Amino acid sequence: MLQTSDVTSVKPQTDGRRERYLAAFRWMLLARVFEEKLASLYRGGKVIGGVFLSKGQEALSAALGVALRKGDIYAPLIRDSAGRFAFGESLLDAARTCIGSRLGPMRGREGNIHRGKPREGYYAMISHLGVMVSTVSGGLVARRFKGVRDVVGATCIGDGGTSTGSFHEGLNMAAVEKLPLVVVVANNQYAYSTPTSQQFACADLVDRAIGYGVRGHKIDGTDPQACFDVVGEAVARARAGEGPQMVVADLLRLVGHGEHDDAHYVNHALKVSPIGRDCLEVARAQITAAAWMNAMQIDSLRDQLQAEVESAFATALREPLPDPNLEDWRALSTEALAEGRA
Amino acid sequence: MAITYLEAIREAQAKLLADDPRVFIYGQDVGNFGGAFKATKGLAKEFPGRVLDSPISEDAQVGLAIGAAIEGMRPIIEMQFADFSTCGLNQIINHAATMFWRTNTKCPITVRLPCGGTAGGGPFHSQSMEALYAHYPGLIVLNPATVEDAYSMLIAAVHIDDPVVFCEHKYLYYHLKADALPTEALPIGKARVARPGRDATIVTYSAMLHEALACAEELAKDGWQIEVVDLRSVKPLDTDTILGSVARTGRLLVVGEAFPWGGVTAEVVARVATEGFSLLDAPPMRLNAKDTPVPYHPNLWGTHRPTARAIIGAMRELLHA
Ligand SMILES: Cc1ncc(C[n+]2csc(CCOP(=O)(O)OP(=O)(O)O)c2C)c(N)n1
Ligand SMILES: [Mg+2]
Repeated sequence: MLQTSDVTSVKPQTDGRRERYLAAFRWMLLARVFEEKLASLYRGGKVIGGVFLSKGQEALSAALGVALRKGDIYAPLIRDSAGRFAFGESLLDAARTCIGSRLGPMRGREGNIHRGKPREGYYAMISHLGVMVSTVSGGLVARRFKGVRDVVGATCIGDGGTSTGSFHEGLNMAAVEKLPLVVVVANNQYAYSTPTSQQFACADLVDRAIGYGVRGHKIDGTDPQACFDVVGEAVARARAGEGPQMVVADLLRLVGHGEHDDAHYVNHALKVSPIGRDCLEVARAQITAAAWMNAMQIDSLRDQLQAEVESAFATALREPLPDPNLEDWRALSTEALAEGRA
Repeated sequence: MAITYLEAIREAQAKLLADDPRVFIYGQDVGNFGGAFKATKGLAKEFPGRVLDSPISEDAQVGLAIGAAIEGMRPIIEMQFADFSTCGLNQIINHAATMFWRTNTKCPITVRLPCGGTAGGGPFHSQSMEALYAHYPGLIVLNPATVEDAYSMLIAAVHIDDPVVFCEHKYLYYHLKADALPTEALPIGKARVARPGRDATIVTYSAMLHEALACAEELAKDGWQIEVVDLRSVKPLDTDTILGSVARTGRLLVVGEAFPWGGVTAEVVARVATEGFSLLDAPPMRLNAKDTPVPYHPNLWGTHRPTARAIIGAMRELLHA
C-alpha cells in the first residue's frame, strides 16, 4: 500500500531559508499589487470580461511556483498570479493578456487566467475544471518517453474542482503511472457560492489521497512558512520518484469569486477565524519577527513592485488591440488542411 | 412593468415549481445564491428543498436527473454555462437520449444551457451548442429568441415527456425586455414569421433573430421587404414554415451564431434544397460564426459572430444574385 494521508512531518531545510522565503514573499507581494491594479482597471472599464483574484491564496500559489524549476511543467488555475510570476511569467505578458493586447501571448484571443505558454512548460488552462490533471500527467509521460529525469509536473485546483470526473480520472491515472505529479488543492471553503458542505462529504479532502494511492499533505494555507515547507517537500518527493503528491491547503477566498461578486454569502465566522487570515499579513509578521526585513523595507519593496506593475500596465495599455483584419481566422496549424471559409 | 428574458426564465421555473410537485432544480450555485446569472433567484427560499446546489459534477448532475426522471420526477438541470455541458455530454446524448427508444421508458429531463456569446466571454463561456445536441436522435432542442418564448417554451419543455436541451441566450438575458409574460404561445415545434416580407427570407433563431430584424429594418429604408423566420425550436425543425416563406420570397439566407461546419444553418439549407429547390430564385446562403474558437476580445468577437452589418452585406448579395 502506498502512503497514508496523514499530515506529513515537515523537515525544514534550514540553510537558505531566509532567501527562499523572501524570494517567495516578493512574488506574493507582486501578485497582490498586480491584482489590485487589475481590479481598479476592471472597475474603470479597462478590462473586459471576468476578473478573478487570489487574495488570501498568494502564499500557497507562490510556494508551488518557487518549488518548481525551469524545465518542469506548471498548470496553474484561477488564483495563481503569484505562482505564475514565480514560475517565470513576465509581468508585461500578464498585463497584456488582461488588457487584450495584440502583442501578448494570447493575442486578444484569450483573456486573463487562461493564459500560458505550453511549449515552455507553462500550460494554459481551459475553463473546464479538472482537465489539467491528466494533461500535466501526459506531459510527464512524454518526458518519461524522452528519458528526461528530475522533472516535476504540477497543477492547482480548488475545492470545487475536485468534484469533477476529470479530477478523479486524472489523479487515479497519475497514481497508476506513478508520475512525478503534484496536485495542489486550495480549499478556500467555497466554489463560487457553494460551501464545501455541499461539495464533498469526506472529513477532509486530503483523506482522498489514500484512496487514490498518492501521498497526501495538509497545510494551513494562511501560513506562508508552512506553505513553502510543505509544498517544497511535496515537489521534492515527486522529483525523487515517490509518485504523485496531493497537497491540500485550508484557507479562505478573501475576495468574491470574481470582481463582479460581492461574496455576501461567505460565512462571517470563517472570516474572523484563523482560516480568514490574510497570508500577506502573516508573512509580514513572520518576516519582521525573524528580523529578515523591517516594516519600512517591506513598504519600500511594495512601492518598487507597484512601480513595476504600473509600468507594465502602462505599456500594455499603449499597445495595439487585436484587429480582426489582421487575424487569419484559422484554428488549424495545418494550413493546407484549413478550410478557410466562414 | 418590464420583464427581462432572464426574469422570464426565473418566472417560468417559479410557476413550474408551484404547479407541479415533480419539478425540482439541480445545478451549481442555483440554491440560495440564485445561480450564476440569477435565473433561480429566490426560488430556493420559495420552494424549500426543491432547488438544490450540486457539486461541480456535470456528468453526475445529468445522471441524477435521468434517474429521477425514470422515477417520475421532472428535473431541471442548470448548467452554469452551456460550454460546461460537454462534461455531461455522455449522459445527455448516450443515456437520456436513448432511454425511450431502448427501454420504452420516458426520460423527461430539461437541461438549461446558458449559451451564446457576450463581450469578453472567450472560448469557454460563449459557445452555441444546439447543433451538437440536435444531431443526436432522442433529444428536443429549443432556442427561444424572445422574452415570451423564454417563458412559455421553458414551461412547455418541462411538460414534454422527452429530454429537452433548452438553449437560453446570455446576450438576451438583460438586453431583452417585454411588457408582460405571455398568456398563450405557439406550440413547440412551430416556427414563427417574426417579420413578413416578400423579397427574401432570413431564417434564424436565438440572439441572431434580433440582428436579422435590425438588418430587415435597415434594408426596408431601401424599399426591400425582408421576411424573418424565427425557428424557436431547432429540433424539431419546422420545415413547412420555412418552405412557406421561401415560396413567398424565392430567396433564402440562413443565419446562426454557431460554428460553420454543419449545424442548424446547413440543415435548413439542405431541407430547402432537397424539398423546395424549385421555390428558389437564387442559390441559398448561410451566414455563421467563423471556424475558430470564440475569441475573447470584443474587437475579434464582433467579427467572429454574424452581426446586423454582416447580415446586411450577405443580404445585399442575395438580393442581387
Ligand atoms: C466543469 C466546470 N463546471 C463549471 C465551471 C464554472 N465554474 C468556474 S469557477 C467555479 C467555481 C470553482 O470553485 P473552486 O474549484 O473551489 O475554485 P475557486 O474558485 O474557489 O478558486 C465554477 C463552478 C467550470 N469552470 N468548469
Ligand atoms: Mg474554492
